[in-house]
Amino acid sequence: MNNLSHKVLDILKADCRTPLEDISVMLGEDSVKIAAEIDKLQKDGVILKYMPVINWDKTDRQFVEAIIEVKVTPQKEEGFDTIAKNIYQYEEVRSVFLVSGMYDLLILAEAPTLKELALFVSEKLSVIDFVTATSTSFILKRYKQDGVIFEIPTRDRRLLVSP
Amino acid sequence: MSERFVNPTISNLPQSGIRKFFNIAQEIPNVISLGIGEPDFVTPYPIRRHAIDSLLNGETQYTENAGLIRLREEIVYYLKTRFSLEYNPKTEIVVTVGASEAIDIVLRATLSLGDEVILQDPGYVSYAPCIIMAGAIPVPVKTRSENEFQLTAADIEEKITDKTRAILLSYPNNPTGSILSLECMQDIANLAVKHDLFIISDEIYNELVYDGNTQPSFASLNGMRDRCVTINGFSKAFAMTGQRVGYLCAPEGIAKQALKIHQYTVLCVCRTSQAAAIAALKTGKETDYKDVIMMRESYDRRRRLMHSALVNMGLSCVEPKGAFYAFPSIASTGLSSDEFCERLLKEEAVVCVPGSAFGEGGEGHIRCCYATDIDKMKEAFLRMNRFIQRLKEE
Repeated sequence: MNNLSHKVLDILKADCRTPLEDISVMLGEDSVKIAAEIDKLQKDGVILKYMPVINWDKTDRQFVEAIIEVKVTPQKEEGFDTIAKNIYQYEEVRSVFLVSGMYDLLILAEAPTLKELALFVSEKLSVIDFVTATSTSFILKRYKQDGVIFEIPTRDRRLLVSP
Repeated sequence: MSERFVNPTISNLPQSGIRKFFNIAQEIPNVISLGIGEPDFVTPYPIRRHAIDSLLNGETQYTENAGLIRLREEIVYYLKTRFSLEYNPKTEIVVTVGASEAIDIVLRATLSLGDEVILQDPGYVSYAPCIIMAGAIPVPVKTRSENEFQLTAADIEEKITDKTRAILLSYPNNPTGSILSLECMQDIANLAVKHDLFIISDEIYNELVYDGNTQPSFASLNGMRDRCVTINGFSKAFAMTGQRVGYLCAPEGIAKQALKIHQYTVLCVCRTSQAAAIAALKTGKETDYKDVIMMRESYDRRRRLMHSALVNMGLSCVEPKGAFYAFPSIASTGLSSDEFCERLLKEEAVVCVPGSAFGEGGEGHIRCCYATDIDKMKEAFLRMNRFIQRLKEE
């Protein structure tokens, strides 16, 4: 990846709605070149999706989320990939990571109610072949996600005119 | 009636023109300020953490007048590795309450009644008053947009008299955002030697230079170290404005005298702030100044955005190369810079600082700071554009 793609990604990471023209001005590069760069990043699968960071607590949508640690027996020649694939196909599963430490896979899952999430763990996740143990932690409060701090008003403490 | 007790030299000093609109601006809802002259970043976390730890460890005493020796050593290392400057931490550095105090005590330590000091116009608001308070006379030399606001030796030489003692320079410059070419610096250095003047170089914005440009430190020029006072601080590069830590570097003969004033007036800089400053330099050294670079890159993007927007509004504007200010000309609107800023604030709720606040040479310009949130900046551009179009129809 070249330097320009890093710079473009930096800007999009901070605000993926930044207009093409602004990116072009900010980086001092032709907008056609920037458009081609973004296009390439998308085609290459570097940029997969543009999504907002939502504070659901401020909406009336009710749902529960949990972090589930999963212990599995890795498969010959396939390692953890097939098991991960079996897990991520469920709509309850938001993210799956292979991790080091006490457990093998870390899952972020969500469901409309506590009961539904519990059923997902007991009836869908735990019964997948080679899953040997799970440990579920329900998310109670979100403080920071994807670099964004929740619930703290970002007040500008500077004087209006200075120094 | 208490006025009769007041020193007329002080009462005759104007109030800072930067703060002029502060009271009006506070009353206006949804105001967007491009008039703030400080980073929009909070001091990086490791620096704040270190300040807290210092307090919790009970480091609450006075320090050496010149500042903690560890801090002075870190400053010397920083200046050596980043700006090719060589100073002795024991005798040539004084840690001050921001660069502001450094300016004051250097002027008081060096100037006598009636001495003249050359300074660039437009220039930062505190220079002329500090020179006057030191009993000396400020001699402004105008810089021009055609020359990217660079101070030239030829313009300086016209103003030199047998009373001239020093040249006070500040590049990267507030308010113009300009830097000074090595060639201009060398010419000024030669002039200083020719007329036996000393240089006070305020380099507070020296980490904020863009587009592959650099701003060498004046004292790093051949033969300049012993006739130069370098002033710098932590406010801009490390986003530490409220912690008030600056420093001066000078040959021992000057530093020793400046230290006396510091000793008798300030005693020492807040110890907690000094601890924060040590952390800033140590963390910087260990991380290749990652935070400084991240902030600079962020300003750089906004710098381009602002310059492009001002030009698109029809204002002529030299591309700023340093600090975090653009200084467009508003002469085409037919308004004075004061009128322009006052009407812009009242009609469109955008604060800019009139160029006249920085000296006569700033008239016809406004200072716009791009250390401002991008969304707010873009809204400010919309409002400014609307205002300028309306002026055309009047």
